[in-house]
Amino acid sequence: MNHRAIRAIYLFEMARTWRTLLQSIVSPVVSTSLYFVVFGAAIGSRISQVEGVSYGTFIVPGLIMLSVLTQSIANASFGIYFPKFTGTIYEILSAPISYFEIVLGYVGAAATKSIILGLIILATAGLFVPLHIHHPIWMLTFLVLTAVTFSLFGFIIGIWADGFEKLQMIPMLVVTPLTFLGGSFYSIDMLPAGWRTVALLNPVVYLISGFRWSFYEIADVSVSVSIGMTVAFLVACLIVIWWIFRTGYRLKN
Amino acid sequence: MSSIISVANLSKTYGSGFKALKNVNLDIKRGEIFALLGPNGAGKTTLISIICGIANPSEGKVLVGGENIQTSYRKARSLIGLVPQELHTDAFESVWATVSFSRGLFGKPKNPAHIEKVLKDLSLWDKKDNKIITLSGGMKRRVMIAKALSHEPQVLFLDEPTAGVDVELRKGMWEVVRTLQQSGVTIILTTHYIEEAEEMADRIGVINKGEIVLVENKATLMQKLGKKRLTLHLQNKISSLPESLAQYELDLCDAGATLVYDYDTKGERTGITSLLSDLRNAGIRFNDLDTTQSSLEDIFVDLVRTS
Repeated sequence: MNHRAIRAIYLFEMARTWRTLLQSIVSPVVSTSLYFVVFGAAIGSRISQVEGVSYGTFIVPGLIMLSVLTQSIANASFGIYFPKFTGTIYEILSAPISYFEIVLGYVGAAATKSIILGLIILATAGLFVPLHIHHPIWMLTFLVLTAVTFSLFGFIIGIWADGFEKLQMIPMLVVTPLTFLGGSFYSIDMLPAGWRTVALLNPVVYLISGFRWSFYEIADVSVSVSIGMTVAFLVACLIVIWWIFRTGYRLKN
Repeated sequence: MSSIISVANLSKTYGSGFKALKNVNLDIKRGEIFALLGPNGAGKTTLISIICGIANPSEGKVLVGGENIQTSYRKARSLIGLVPQELHTDAFESVWATVSFSRGLFGKPKNPAHIEKVLKDLSLWDKKDNKIITLSGGMKRRVMIAKALSHEPQVLFLDEPTAGVDVELRKGMWEVVRTLQQSGVTIILTTHYIEEAEEMADRIGVINKGEIVLVENKATLMQKLGKKRLTLHLQNKISSLPESLAQYELDLCDAGATLVYDYDTKGERTGITSLLSDLRNAGIRFNDLDTTQSSLEDIFVDLVRTS
């Protein structure tokens, strides 16, 4: 194991975060705070409790997930796309480092960033609404699992993208709608029966449901199904990445 | 000298069906400077990319320091430093950070003294805290060399190291390469500048259309193919050569205004003295003369044309 190489990539990527602190940390925190103001205070004051929890409190896990998902994808996809774009990828490819170690460096850094971000948003939320986390260990497990899974997904997008437009396309057109429709701001029990079935096809529903359960013990689907779906998506991403490196897809040749 | 790189039956066919390399066999000796010459698209960069792990070979085997680049890639790659043709650098990192990053990437423990030495040797020490984006093209090129040397490689690939670099800097670069060779590093450089190969290389390989056309010691190559040419500008035009000059195989050019004589400088006798005396006897007078030596460039152009 070339642990020095993993460390080098990891620290290099983390250095980028500190350099672009406004963009990587401050801006998601500001936008999440705006959600709290708009949905929690303005609209939420007119909504009665959802499953025994005040609306402002109810949306906290969904908002954290929203940021963790989008930031994991953005961090990891940009992290690997940028060296491809500038050409500096040559150095990674010619280094005595395995594919697994490359992924560990990039995905590890991207996931770390979004976990830190998730925790900052959680702390920010605590300023707006009273919070009580029933299962802190499960909360962290879901947070880490989601950050890693979507960083892997972002890594795939970064390899696949051959232009900045493609880099933005999946997060904008697929992930953001899925997150908004995945129950960030409502319980899918609130939906009419037909739409509820449709919503269950959305993988993000399972992430948010499980994460919300760790906070308030309320869930749209059972916790084991949530974990099962997240792990399934994680494994799917790992298989795609294994294939990418095996074939050299968009990296070699 | 033993081989540090051994390429056997290497072929590369791209997805488009283009054959970039065709059954290439090549051995690079430890400690030498090897210049790989070839026109654009000949396969120079593809060959380097495969040896360094950036592209996958279609067929064949490559050993670096006795290690197979595919089955033992960690050991093989840790021996190699690569400076690619294009200026691929980070933008916002400092020179020090990017060079230290490269060392870490190659699995070497931190060694600030070594990084300092590399930066000083490449006249980059006073720029160590500058962001790369603020550097000139020549400096960026040297940053890339510094990155390649950060992990103390035994083999250094320089893919067109002096393309777009001014004359003074180019000579500086040559100095750096020579110093590196003295420290025991094997250097493989590709270049378009024949004078660079002529100046630097111990051996020269010519690649054309994906095939190695020739590999030869530079001195032997120059000797084997090095011809000199004497051109005499005549005072009065002549329509034909007198019989007495037939043995020299002269060419009458410019409608009888110049005489051209090719001779071998390495031969025991060049025949110049007797030619000049025979010319005088034949009453042919000239008002100027010049000699030219065929350069590596002429040799190269000839080879590429005939292959």
